[in-house]
Amino acid sequence: AFGLSGKPSAFSTEEQQNTLDEITNYNNFYEFGTGKTDPARNAGALKTSPWSIEIGGMVDRPGSYGVEDLAPDSALEERIYRLRCVEAWSMVIPWLGVTLASVLEKAGVQSGAKYVSFQTAVRPDEMPGLRGGYIEWPYREGLRLDEAMHPLTILATGLYGKVLPNQNGAPIRLVVPWKYGFKSIKSIVAITLTDQQPQTSWQMLQPSEYGFYANVNPTVDHPRWSQATERRIGAGLFGGREETLMFNGYAEQVASLYSGMDLAKNY
Amino acid sequence: MVSTLNSWLRRVPIWLVWVLGLIPLALLIWDTFTGNLGIEPVRDIEHRLGRTAIYFLIATLAVTPLLRLARLNLMRFRRALGLICFTYVICHLLAWVVFDMSFLWAQMLKDVTKRPYLIFGMLAFLMLLALAVTSNNLSVRRMGRKWRELHRLTYPAAILAAMHWLWALKVWESWPLTILFTVVLLLSLRIPVVQRVFSGSRGGSAGVRNRDLS
Repeated sequence: AFGLSGKPSAFSTEEQQNTLDEITNYNNFYEFGTGKTDPARNAGALKTSPWSIEIGGMVDRPGSYGVEDLAPDSALEERIYRLRCVEAWSMVIPWLGVTLASVLEKAGVQSGAKYVSFQTAVRPDEMPGLRGGYIEWPYREGLRLDEAMHPLTILATGLYGKVLPNQNGAPIRLVVPWKYGFKSIKSIVAITLTDQQPQTSWQMLQPSEYGFYANVNPTVDHPRWSQATERRIGAGLFGGREETLMFNGYAEQVASLYSGMDLAKNY
Repeated sequence: MVSTLNSWLRRVPIWLVWVLGLIPLALLIWDTFTGNLGIEPVRDIEHRLGRTAIYFLIATLAVTPLLRLARLNLMRFRRALGLICFTYVICHLLAWVVFDMSFLWAQMLKDVTKRPYLIFGMLAFLMLLALAVTSNNLSVRRMGRKWRELHRLTYPAAILAAMHWLWALKVWESWPLTILFTVVLLLSLRIPVVQRVFSGSRGGSAGVRNRDLS
């Protein structure tokens, strides 16, 4: 893969990073299968070039954008973020990307827009997991506009100084570090600005378990398991569990987005 | 052919079943020490132990239908199969307590009373525990008919174990669904009407009328 580099960021954590091997061999990417190693095994078939992202809806400059248009290599930043999966495990990943805000500014967000919705590619020939009808494809995600514009929210095109591996969502994916991992949609082909809260895949599948917000919150459990603690991948057999932090440790930056909201209801 | 197989099976020592049954455990220990487990070894250990336990539970449940419908007699091995299953259940539970939860007793206690998949799992464990401690000859003799009644707990335990697996997942996956289906099938083969249909289609009564076998 091509070498990439990114400017360091004050948002990066100092915590010990997971290895590239860990980050690329323990993934949830159901388009390639439900097993943790299925994406590493199957995602090689995904053709990530050429690739275009359709930006539409309430924007001034709708159209088809290339990855390089949205996230030029020269603009990349390195963001070392914690990732907390809804399954109660976590990693620390050195992403390379640009803020979603910078991308949305390129398209020109219209004043009435309130939400951003995202879709993953649907390529039956390249994605064997699509045959399992667990989820109604395409995979969909969404953010409130203020969440999307937040400086922590990025579109990543690389990690560990390399082009993003397919199993991690190549060629371009969302990373929202204070939300459960499933919000950080992979292999994005469409970004749409709307004034309606968009449907999101996991909420469509099981609304009692997965909400639109999906903020990491140790005090609001998944109905079937606790979110109070998490296992850090790579910690080993006796690594134990860590306490999960409110907003995955990013409360200082993002708590104000939700002031006055009942987070037990808006989970 | 079945009778040849049966007479051959009569010569198989029980300890051989134990040796074969503990191979998955040996492989798991080997993989653990050689670093062959993958990125999250805790999860692999826990899941492999759990899966193996339910496979042996299914093997235990298959003994009676195999005798009744195919006249294959594995009855001598049933106790060993059940106890091997329980060995994996204990290891699975220990892996959860030690590796996964690392002795967070407060969270474990809360989870076990609140989370359906853990409730299912724990209930299945308690049932199988009761069966394991009464699996000795003395209990069989002392308890008489009550022993047979008690050991029908295998049925709900198997259903609960399969549900424990399914409920822990985010989506309906085909393999654990197949397991639940297999359990239900093996249990339904114990219903007299279903049995008649199966043995009827094999050209007459299967001949085994031992109602004590359930």
